[in-house]
Amino acid sequence: MATSDAIIDQVKGQFGEAVLESSTPLGFPTVCVAKDRARDILTYLRDEPGLEFDVLTDATAADGLKYPEPWDTRFQVVYHLRSSRDGKRLRVKVGVPERDCTLASVHDLWKSANWAEREIFDMFGVRFEGHPNLKRILCHHKFKGHALRKDYFIHDGQWLDEPETLLDEIGDWGENPADEGFSELVPVNLGPAHPAMHGTLRVFAKMEGETIVKAVPEIGYLHRGFEKHSETGNWTMVIPYTDRLNYCSAMLNNIGYVRTVEKMFGIEPTERCQYIRVIVGELSRIIDHCVCLGAMLVDLGALTNFWYLFNIRERIYHLLEGLCGARLTSSYARIGGMAHDLQDGFETELREILRDMPRNVSDVLGLIAKNRIFLDRTVGIGVISREDALSWGWTGPCLRATGIPYDLRKVEPYDVYADLDWDVATRDGGDVHDRAMVRFDEMIQSMRIIEQALDRMPEGPVMVEDKRVVLPEKDKVYSSIEGLMNHFVLIYDGIKVPAGEAYVPTEAANGELGFYIISDGSGRPYRIHCRAPSFYLYCAYPSLAEGNMVADAVPLLGSLNIIAGELDR
Amino acid sequence: MGIESFFANKTGFVATRLDHLVNNVVNWGRENSLWPYPFGTACCGIEFMGVVSNTHDVARFGAELVRFSPRQADLLVVAGTITYKMAPILKRIYDQMLDPKWVIAFGVCAASGGFYNNYSVVQGIDRVIPVDVYLPGCPPRPEAFFDAIIALQKKIESEKLDDHDRERRPQLRPETDTSWKPDRLIQAGPTNEGRD
Repeated sequence: MATSDAIIDQVKGQFGEAVLESSTPLGFPTVCVAKDRARDILTYLRDEPGLEFDVLTDATAADGLKYPEPWDTRFQVVYHLRSSRDGKRLRVKVGVPERDCTLASVHDLWKSANWAEREIFDMFGVRFEGHPNLKRILCHHKFKGHALRKDYFIHDGQWLDEPETLLDEIGDWGENPADEGFSELVPVNLGPAHPAMHGTLRVFAKMEGETIVKAVPEIGYLHRGFEKHSETGNWTMVIPYTDRLNYCSAMLNNIGYVRTVEKMFGIEPTERCQYIRVIVGELSRIIDHCVCLGAMLVDLGALTNFWYLFNIRERIYHLLEGLCGARLTSSYARIGGMAHDLQDGFETELREILRDMPRNVSDVLGLIAKNRIFLDRTVGIGVISREDALSWGWTGPCLRATGIPYDLRKVEPYDVYADLDWDVATRDGGDVHDRAMVRFDEMIQSMRIIEQALDRMPEGPVMVEDKRVVLPEKDKVYSSIEGLMNHFVLIYDGIKVPAGEAYVPTEAANGELGFYIISDGSGRPYRIHCRAPSFYLYCAYPSLAEGNMVADAVPLLGSLNIIAGELDR
Repeated sequence: MGIESFFANKTGFVATRLDHLVNNVVNWGRENSLWPYPFGTACCGIEFMGVVSNTHDVARFGAELVRFSPRQADLLVVAGTITYKMAPILKRIYDQMLDPKWVIAFGVCAASGGFYNNYSVVQGIDRVIPVDVYLPGCPPRPEAFFDAIIALQKKIESEKLDDHDRERRPQLRPETDTSWKPDRLIQAGPTNEGRD
């Protein structure tokens, strides 16, 4: 595996002057490249043997208008690349000036770039030349301005009077309807207020009989401005917003965010904290899979499974509610540890749940595993190849259903996952059936992880001892001037994260949940970007749905488990 | 339409006591068979799934028959954040529902925008449609939803039949006017003047 210096040297040797700057902040190799050569360099990075960055994990941008030290250009477009061969990562930054706010599109190099570039255009106004469909994606089509620019005032709402027609994307309708009096192709609008579309997704489909000829998705109906909002408070105040990204597994989002901030501080959480994170994280993963599978099976007409799976879920919610006071929105993790230790009786209740859960899971599997209707509706539907899945930026259970054992808990182990004995669940088919079955397998693996973690969990503190991030004990606050000052500064100024940038991926329930953070050293986040797994899963949806019957498009959507909160952020 | 207009237009024709009796009987039927349309968009939608699932079981209040067609439902449960992009769709769904109809704003986002006070989120659905019960919580517990259902049932108990007559319904206040004029509604929020 090439070291980060070797990668940087190779790129520099090839392109010389076009590589403006290179560094390895917090162990993440980064190159800044010239705008006019960006596309050449990205092509080289993808195709050159030895590099082969075949996955565009994420693309985003940042606005340098209010950064204390001025940037060379106002905007920076940031690409995060990964190689599926050896797992190496690279960050490529391209400066884009305000006057000439354009950049060459890379949508044909990586399919995942398509929507990522649309999002950058929507939020920052960077125009991607050569992009086939450069439209707004999160804000509505009549929105004026670009919301994530630093000079856009956060409270400026803009009303919309009618939804977009999407007629420009759907293409023509074949023969002229005037000739025969009718066209063979029928427009069908699914969603967003449609039960099968999970409330916030819209697909405008061109149908021939019952077959979808073309599908045009529209997202952004739940765009709640997470990234803009994060810039208004201090670093701790972001944690409740992360709950509501993937609200089915809020704990995992909390953990993903605080791990990124801890990385910038160089803090390693205590051992007990790591075990607690593993346990509550895996519990969240189980809940998330329960909701996904339950909803998908309801879409197929199998209502009983929904009740069985929700039994597990309600019991885990009861446990988590005792832990942090809320069922869905936990806000339990803190920068440097956890808010508090586990409650009394946590272990007893959890062991009871673990004892009963295999029975619940096997009940559901007993109903569907050999069920003719289930198999007919799911096997061979919505098949995706490995190459396509990587190019679309897929991660998580959906990628593992194609046979690629990419699981960040194994590939880039964090917390104590490396010490525990568990397997990565994979399947080979890449269809709806395998995506569902991978989730069942993962629930069983999660139970294994939790059991071992419970057995091994040591006693000890759950917060690190670090004056920069943790409030002092109350008796120190009241008895010593140092404690009082420390408390005062942390409350008043907030946690001061060192200036710099970091990208830390976490294996969330849907896949790689990454937070890309830029700090300017003040007590407030300068830029927080969330790399949401659902966003990159859903951008492949139209290509999978096209050619299928409309009835199959519904379980196909269910198998991807699109959570609107993290899709639209 | 229907039973409301029959009684509403013939004041004095039916004896007051009979009027009262019919009123009570109709309200009793209405309050115990609310058919919800779950307009679930976000986290609250997940919690609404908990409301209808077996542990909490909203069937005890006669509101378990979830309809996904607005024309078959009489209770609109707006569970989740409503963005400016979603607002015209919410308005259309509400208009498609037949009278009598009621609305529960499930959770703070629907009730007031919640802690999403920004460029994308409508600061309370009462800027778009009228609301009968506001339910706080982020998200509310399923028990809180039962509280809202009971509150709504009490409200229905006190209604007169002609309250749902379209012409006789009291007009909304100007700032919550539903006659969809975006230009006017923008002025209710902060403006962009003086800022780039």
